[in-house]
Amino acid sequence: MASNKKYWKSVEELNSDSSIVETLKQNEFVQEIPVDEFLGDKENLDSSSTSRRDFLKYVGFSTAAATLAACEGPVKKSIPYVVQPEQIRPGVANYYATAIANGYDFASVLIKTREGRPIKVENNADAKVGGGANARVHASVLDLYDSLRVQSPKSEGANVTWEDLDAAVVKKLNGLSAGGKQIVLLTQTFASPSTLKLINEFSQKYGNVSHVTYDAVAEDAALNAFEAKYGVRALADYDFSKAEVIVSFGADFVGDWQGGGYESGYAKGRVPAKGKMSRHIQFESNMSLSGANADKRVALTPSQQKKALAKFYGYLSGTSVAVDLPENIDAACKSAAEQVKAKGSKAVVVTGIQDENAQGLVLDINEMLSSTAFDKDAPKLLRQGNAKAVAGLVADMKAGKVGALIMSGVNPAYTLPQANEFTEGLKNVDLSVTFSMKEDETSALTTYVAAAPHYLESWGDVEIKKGHFALTQPTIRPLFDTRQFQDSLLKWMGSDVAYYDYLKSTWEASVLGGVSWNKALHDGYFVGGQSVMADQDAVDQMVAAPVNGEADDKEVAGEVTAASVGSMLRALANTPETGMELVLYTKTGMGDGQQANNPWLQEFPDPISRVSWDNYLTVSKADAEVMGLENWHVANGALNGSYVNITVNDVAIKNVPVIIQPGQAKGSVGLSLGYGRTNGLKSVMQTGVNAYALYHGFNSVQNVSIEKAGGEHEFACIQLHNTLMGRGDIVKETTLEIFNTKDAKEWNHMPQVSLNHQETPVTSPDVDLWDEFDRTVGHHFNLSIDLNACTGCGACVIACHSENNVPVVGKAEVRKSRDMHWLRIDRYYSSEETFAADNDKKDNISGVGSSMSEFGEMEDPAANPQVAFQPVMCQHCNHAPCETVCPVAATSHGRQGQNHMAYNRCVGTRYCANNCPYKVRRFNWFLYNNNDEFDFHMNDDLGRMVLNPDVVTRSRGVMEKCSMCIQKTQKTILDAKREGREVKDGEFQTACSAACGTGAMVFGDVNDKESKVAELKDSDRMYHLLEHVGTKPNVFYHVKVRNTNEA
Amino acid sequence: MKKVVHRNSTSRILGIGLALMLMFSTSLFAQDGDPAKGKQLFNANCAACHNLDRKMTGPALRGVGDKYEKQWLYDWIHNSAAMVKAGDPQAVAVFEEYNGSPMTAFPQLSEEDIDNIIAYAMEPKPEPAQPAAGAVADAGAAGGSSGFSNNVILAALVLVFGVLVVMLYLVNKTLKRIAEANGIEFEKAEKRLPIWKAFVKNQFLVLVSSIALLLIGAYFAYGYMMQVGVDQGYMPVQPIHFSHKIHAGDNKIDCKYCHSSARVSKTSGIPSLNVCMNCHKNIMEYTGEEDLANGYTKDFYTGEIQKLYKAVGWDANNQQYTGESEPVKWVRIHNLPDFVYFNHSQHVSVAGVECQKCHGPVEEMEVMYQHAPLTMGWCIECHRETDVKMDGNEYYEKIHEELSKKYGVEKLTAAQMGALECGKCHY
Repeated sequence: MASNKKYWKSVEELNSDSSIVETLKQNEFVQEIPVDEFLGDKENLDSSSTSRRDFLKYVGFSTAAATLAACEGPVKKSIPYVVQPEQIRPGVANYYATAIANGYDFASVLIKTREGRPIKVENNADAKVGGGANARVHASVLDLYDSLRVQSPKSEGANVTWEDLDAAVVKKLNGLSAGGKQIVLLTQTFASPSTLKLINEFSQKYGNVSHVTYDAVAEDAALNAFEAKYGVRALADYDFSKAEVIVSFGADFVGDWQGGGYESGYAKGRVPAKGKMSRHIQFESNMSLSGANADKRVALTPSQQKKALAKFYGYLSGTSVAVDLPENIDAACKSAAEQVKAKGSKAVVVTGIQDENAQGLVLDINEMLSSTAFDKDAPKLLRQGNAKAVAGLVADMKAGKVGALIMSGVNPAYTLPQANEFTEGLKNVDLSVTFSMKEDETSALTTYVAAAPHYLESWGDVEIKKGHFALTQPTIRPLFDTRQFQDSLLKWMGSDVAYYDYLKSTWEASVLGGVSWNKALHDGYFVGGQSVMADQDAVDQMVAAPVNGEADDKEVAGEVTAASVGSMLRALANTPETGMELVLYTKTGMGDGQQANNPWLQEFPDPISRVSWDNYLTVSKADAEVMGLENWHVANGALNGSYVNITVNDVAIKNVPVIIQPGQAKGSVGLSLGYGRTNGLKSVMQTGVNAYALYHGFNSVQNVSIEKAGGEHEFACIQLHNTLMGRGDIVKETTLEIFNTKDAKEWNHMPQVSLNHQETPVTSPDVDLWDEFDRTVGHHFNLSIDLNACTGCGACVIACHSENNVPVVGKAEVRKSRDMHWLRIDRYYSSEETFAADNDKKDNISGVGSSMSEFGEMEDPAANPQVAFQPVMCQHCNHAPCETVCPVAATSHGRQGQNHMAYNRCVGTRYCANNCPYKVRRFNWFLYNNNDEFDFHMNDDLGRMVLNPDVVTRSRGVMEKCSMCIQKTQKTILDAKREGREVKDGEFQTACSAACGTGAMVFGDVNDKESKVAELKDSDRMYHLLEHVGTKPNVFYHVKVRNTNEA
Repeated sequence: MKKVVHRNSTSRILGIGLALMLMFSTSLFAQDGDPAKGKQLFNANCAACHNLDRKMTGPALRGVGDKYEKQWLYDWIHNSAAMVKAGDPQAVAVFEEYNGSPMTAFPQLSEEDIDNIIAYAMEPKPEPAQPAAGAVADAGAAGGSSGFSNNVILAALVLVFGVLVVMLYLVNKTLKRIAEANGIEFEKAEKRLPIWKAFVKNQFLVLVSSIALLLIGAYFAYGYMMQVGVDQGYMPVQPIHFSHKIHAGDNKIDCKYCHSSARVSKTSGIPSLNVCMNCHKNIMEYTGEEDLANGYTKDFYTGEIQKLYKAVGWDANNQQYTGESEPVKWVRIHNLPDFVYFNHSQHVSVAGVECQKCHGPVEEMEVMYQHAPLTMGWCIECHRETDVKMDGNEYYEKIHEELSKKYGVEKLTAAQMGALECGKCHY
């Protein structure tokens, strides 16, 4: 039951005599004002050249100056349009449907524009194409206003004109087409029918052209396996909402596995309805989002994963597979296989192991189960990269066979494991052009940097899934002198057609099948019609003449034939176990690293480790103890850690910081890709180490040797910030069994207080100290958060940043607990269900082998903890503790349930934050906008264009917090008033609820009895945070239910 | 018989002659036309596209009767498109000169009407209004001279006063001397405690008066402080002298014709220049009343219209846009601080508040100024007093029912609806 389960947020808290945890519990603002330190330093005071008199002079002068300056108000200019565009009304937002397709993230989105500026990314709820917008997609709007963008085409650091560039390129291409060296296009995965057609036409025009597609984070094994089995280079699609049992071997499908976008379907099956929810078993090494959400998580090294998969197959099919696995893992495999067998077609198995045998075996398993969640007929096309072709290209470049290299959307000098070979090879290429938004590692080496537009300034199309198309349309005029790759190809082919016209005619000819172009453009997506990318005939039709690169691909494809199950099993079972294994992964916030100059994403705390501004080696506690690696908290609550040097295949990276990660499989370590960039980034954003250097053969698993290095690393980890002051029952959870069989009182206990020796629930008005407001009139907003559906993805955090102009404070300030996130996602660890379960476990130990492992597990709660995510923002208490202590009444209550904060009234006493039981108030220690000390987007005119004009930017010395997006609720009300109608359910949204792709957050008016949120409030699972405090919040949660049924 | 025939023919000749004469006389009369009626017709039908002396959408019409045959004009006005189609060379020439935009057909105009219009168009161009300009100059001169004479009178007065003071002093001195000579002694004033010393000695008085001084000081300091940042009456000089008096007052243009965003947006919107050009494409000079005292002459206003043309890039002579525009940098008058959220559409569309309630008598303002203090107290005051307009708005139905039950009143003020809550305006 919920009440006696122990949660912790940091390994530090498990240490019973940690003084720092105690200090953090007692102090909201950890740092004391160093009065003694300052005044006690006599020497320093004496040596100071500023005397007391001088000080007074300065004060007097500045006061006088300020007074004088205040005498005359500034004259403000107001400049209207000369000719106002018809569709723009100042002060009214417009929305455009478009799609992001940057090679890593593919999603249909809506872009909110104000006065012609895109300011926010929203989910395109109507689009039936691709997943919802994740944290990176939400943050992508800020990349548009990056001050370090390439503003015009460049050559060797100097600006050139497009005409010069075109002339040089066309001359070279014409020279090459006569014969000799080849022309190579090296691009990201476009999955774009029009671009494919265009590249084919380009190839025809110049002859010896080859096109190589390259994904920085490869899915080669899965693509090859799928191609071998089904003949299409694509990825199987999964609908997890249809699966009752999900078994994953190393696939972080809640995260970014195979392009991501699965969390919404997954979450649908996770909410218990009619006594049923899906069961999720995860076998993995790093603690991933999927592992964190799993009902059962088995921590094992990558090589064990392969064996476990083989064993699992053995149990499932009844063939015996000889594999040596630890007893508990073997048991887990058996149990998983039995559950899958029991569910039959309602089960699905996925894997993220970068191995064709493993991928092929999983395809076979799903075929065998005829799993309804498995879709091979409409596969996903958003990964097309070909590792062999890339390796071939590098070899060709070194051999001097490449005459011209044209790149778009790739940064191989940074992302290629053999980056130095690439840079060597680039010297033998006569002409190299890269389309890039940044002066990144690659563009520093190429002959020309072609300034590329952001996707919000471009046209484009993408076939995310077979027959599922999305359109990209510009939402702003190009800010700089940029031209997109496709327009340039057209130009270099001597065509006068703009890419827009080309795109439109391609769609009208091959995609739309009679549906109006304007409708597709308006919707931003199109489903149905013929597949262009996945249909080999369609591709062949476009490719009149075979292209070199394509021909190579086909040859490769010819080689790959589906291996027999037996051989796959043998290969997997015979995986050698060798020493320490490194698992390279991508972080939710950074992805493949192309958005590294985005301060929102840099400051985004990793959902699992809660570390921002860094990547690090995740090490299990057991391994850390052996190697003498440590994490510890310093006096102000900040986290420090040891350094290690790591070596993979003679490539060494020095001084990698270490995080001891609960749940990391012993014998494995993790390191995220995407960090350690140096070019085209502000110096503060140059964080972490470049793990791509270790990504040999595009394999995410490497054998690694680790040695401890000297020094200590300072992390910006918000793990221990804003702790719960020792109060329990923040997270309530139960098991599906108890949930189904017992009364809600037992698993969702309402705290009681004694009134005249009678136990009375705290929510009863009889025990209330306060007079209750009448909330029955008008709107009463509530936010519902379902802990079962929340995967911790963090899209809401970035959406909140973007909607509410939340400032970025930087690594040093985050270390001081001064992060400004209005919405945080707390991550709790727990070991067993209950303390009672620990006892049971001890009693049930049988045999020596089992006792060794299970006692070990119990001794160390951090070995394989359970994880719960809990988004926490201002709870908008009806009896708010903050309101009563504000000396100036800057925070007050609204009738609609929102706790208001008048920033201009606040004098910064911080009493409210001290009195808030939920620790959701944030203090502006500095003026974060227009401040060179905080050189993030708010410090330049370009970056400030992303600010939401409906929300004020807060000044220094002012408290701020979640407003429950009052600007949005007010707008909805006003729209209804103006149109003279009632507000419909679903119209009220907050930034977080709108961004939530899993449906975990639902916002609405509980006075509207028909509304979804009112229904959710009546649920048995509903509870408030710290109910016993009696604050009566307007945010409520749903008890997390875990499906522990083993059968 | 013959005779009769003859007589008949005579009478016929006479008759025909008379008829001819009559006809001729009517046509003569027609040729003259009635310029007064013609002016009316011109303004009603033609002025949207034609000016007498200036090329607009269509050609300048002064002297049009000399350029074309009368019959041609009738046909043209009744149906120009047909003439162009028929290939009349003159018609095609006009049609092509004006970029192939056909003239609207006016079949409802009778030939007489057209004659009247032509008569109006044939009137000689009036001499430029010299006297008006002269009047301005005179007024200016008069203004100048009056200022000058005031100074002279003042100087003379000062001189007179000075002389008087000197004379008084001299008289006093002389009288004293005479008195001394006559042996009259002056009473010496008794030496008394100076008043300020007495004041200092009286501690009670000091206390009371210092308290009073402090209170008065505080009162004025408070008053001074409270008006810091309150720019009531702020009346900056604008780059184009735009008169709300002429537009909203004299011409009775609805506020929301130009400030159309006020209906749907938080900002009322400063009209973009293409909105101005909706009317000013045709209105290129000011013909209304003049305010000579302030120098607002017709030429002055016409000059301001020229500024608009320059900004929007309108070539009035050729009736086309040059494409060279320069946005007008208006000086913003109503400046709410950034921490206040104010939405025009809430007040204008939903509440139906008159613009004048906050912006004052704009239709009387030659130069726009800030009418209201725009302080929070001013907002709150209105929210307390104003009843919410709920009739016929479905949004309010349920809330109104519940709230009126709660407060026991039929009408609800904005405050009762929650319009005094901090978060309604501050976020």
